[in-house]
Amino acid sequence: MEHLFGALPGAVSLGLIWGIMAIGVYITFKILAISDLTVDGSICTGAAVCTMLMTAGVDPWVSMLCATLAGGLCGLVTGLLHTVLDIPAILAGILTQLALWSINLKIMGQANRPLSARNFPVIITQMKTEEAIFTLVLIAGAIIGLLYWFFGTELGCSIRATGCNINMSRAQGINTELNKVLGLMISNGLVALSGALLAQYQGFADVNMGRGAIVIGLAAIVIGETAFAKIARNFAVRLCGVLLGGVIYYVVYQVIVFLGIDTDLLKMLSAVVVAIFLGVPNLKKKYFSKVSKKRAKEAGENA
Amino acid sequence: MLEIKNISKTFNAGTINEKRALKNVSLTLNDGDFVTVIGGNGAGKSTLLNAICGTWRVDEGEIIIDGKDVTLTAEHKRAKYLGRVFQDPMMGTAADMEIQENLALAKRRGKKRGLGWGISKNEREEYRELLATLGLGLEDRMTSKVGLLSGGQRQAVTLLMAAMAEPKLLLLDEHTAALDPKTAEKVLEITEEIVNKNHLTTLMITHNMRDAIKHGNRLIMMHEGRVIVDVCGEEKKNLTVEDLLEMFNRASGKEFASDRAMLS
Ligand SMILES: Nc1ncnc2c1ncn2[C@@H]1O[C@H](COP(=O)(O)OP(=O)(O)OP(=O)(O)O)[C@@H](O)[C@H]1O
Ligand SMILES: [Mg+2]
Repeated sequence: MEHLFGALPGAVSLGLIWGIMAIGVYITFKILAISDLTVDGSICTGAAVCTMLMTAGVDPWVSMLCATLAGGLCGLVTGLLHTVLDIPAILAGILTQLALWSINLKIMGQANRPLSARNFPVIITQMKTEEAIFTLVLIAGAIIGLLYWFFGTELGCSIRATGCNINMSRAQGINTELNKVLGLMISNGLVALSGALLAQYQGFADVNMGRGAIVIGLAAIVIGETAFAKIARNFAVRLCGVLLGGVIYYVVYQVIVFLGIDTDLLKMLSAVVVAIFLGVPNLKKKYFSKVSKKRAKEAGENA
Repeated sequence: MLEIKNISKTFNAGTINEKRALKNVSLTLNDGDFVTVIGGNGAGKSTLLNAICGTWRVDEGEIIIDGKDVTLTAEHKRAKYLGRVFQDPMMGTAADMEIQENLALAKRRGKKRGLGWGISKNEREEYRELLATLGLGLEDRMTSKVGLLSGGQRQAVTLLMAAMAEPKLLLLDEHTAALDPKTAEKVLEITEEIVNKNHLTTLMITHNMRDAIKHGNRLIMMHEGRVIVDVCGEEKKNLTVEDLLEMFNRASGKEFASDRAMLS
């Protein structure tokens, strides 16, 4: 038990980092209704850019800013593939993600780069988890505040409308293509920022660190939504829910590790959990709603 | 106000699904015209409206709104001249956003959307008064999500939105077709009020011949991608449903087949 509690601060900080990543995913998945797979690549891009810059002696905050911008660039590529070339969003994301694997390797020059807290002024490290939690909460709070403000502006509202009803948005003079690109850029910028934080926290960047990131992001979202959506309509509270979703995910992970369950199975478990959470509401709609029962009856009568 | 010169549109050109939906249509609307559009299924009515909105580009011809050639203008840029209400009540509003947020989106149609607040305090008051004119009690539900409203309420809100930001042209595509008769009547009443209050030049598609006769100062009938009947003024006022059917038969050389149109 002591072992479990000892590991909790670490789980919480990792959860906060992935929670920030999940907030990025939330922007595309929930607000724009786009499934963007770029994130598996852009999280590593963020880590790679931050690691290389810090290794070269650049200030950590400047490095993180550059990592965020690099993530925005990844989103821009996916956005242009999707809007200008009309490639379906999922495929556009996969294409960028694939290309990023090579690009990330080129940025780092090798598959793995250390970023040791002993040699570099990292802002968070797993050697000091309490401090890391404090810093991460501040950063996440600033991000949530910023997003809360942005999605209340004219531009932000028009991005929300784009995801909600594209026909209505065009009829109201909203440049929906531009908004999709913007949303993808903001989303991947945040994801890359979380990658930069992750690299500092764990002390290295690795070309494979983003594998399955989208699933962890979605898991955090569904956990957060399930826990908070019912009680809160407020956008900022929902984002906090997503952040906490990430934390819950990693705490559960810790418990699983503590129980001695094979952690190799964790990605499969995550996938199953996300599939269940995403699928069950649809099943409910299909088989238990009054409308669908009525439709089914009508279809039966017409046949 | 609106000048359509000789526009044509063919869908899926060169395939077996080729469909000439608009054939050299020309139409001029004067300032303040309220034109009702009737015609059977597939006559090209919605296609005509979509051509004006710029959902896609027309194959040939010109579209001029308020003196500006918009033939090549993108849909979202044209939107500043146009107020639109769709047949599907779900389509004209953003379900996950508040009533007041939807109105605020419409108010900014054709304007630059920057980092100012998406909705300001003064606006809320303005919207409350605007919603009150509908007489549906929506002024007390300004922060409700639009998705919670009934189809008729949503169409009414969409109408308000369409009339905001001073459109040059109001385009209504069977906007009462999905509503029950009583609600449809109420929404039509609201339409009349809004059109009169804002002096809007209007194009209204309907399947109901009685409504087509009762409303507006001009009536056009479409058939197979062409305008086959165009009446206005006194002649339009004195029309009967029988006249319309007779006109249709004469102009098209066919019996009017659409049972939906007969439903009037
Ligand atoms: N985007 C599209 N792609 C292919 N064909 C289309 C498209 N839009 C319309 N059509 C075709 O063009 C023809 C005219 O359609 P339109 O929707 O304008 O008819 P309508 O007069 O509005 O009929 P209704 O009363 O049924 O709404 C139809 O044959 C339709 O199938
Ligand atoms: Mg139609």
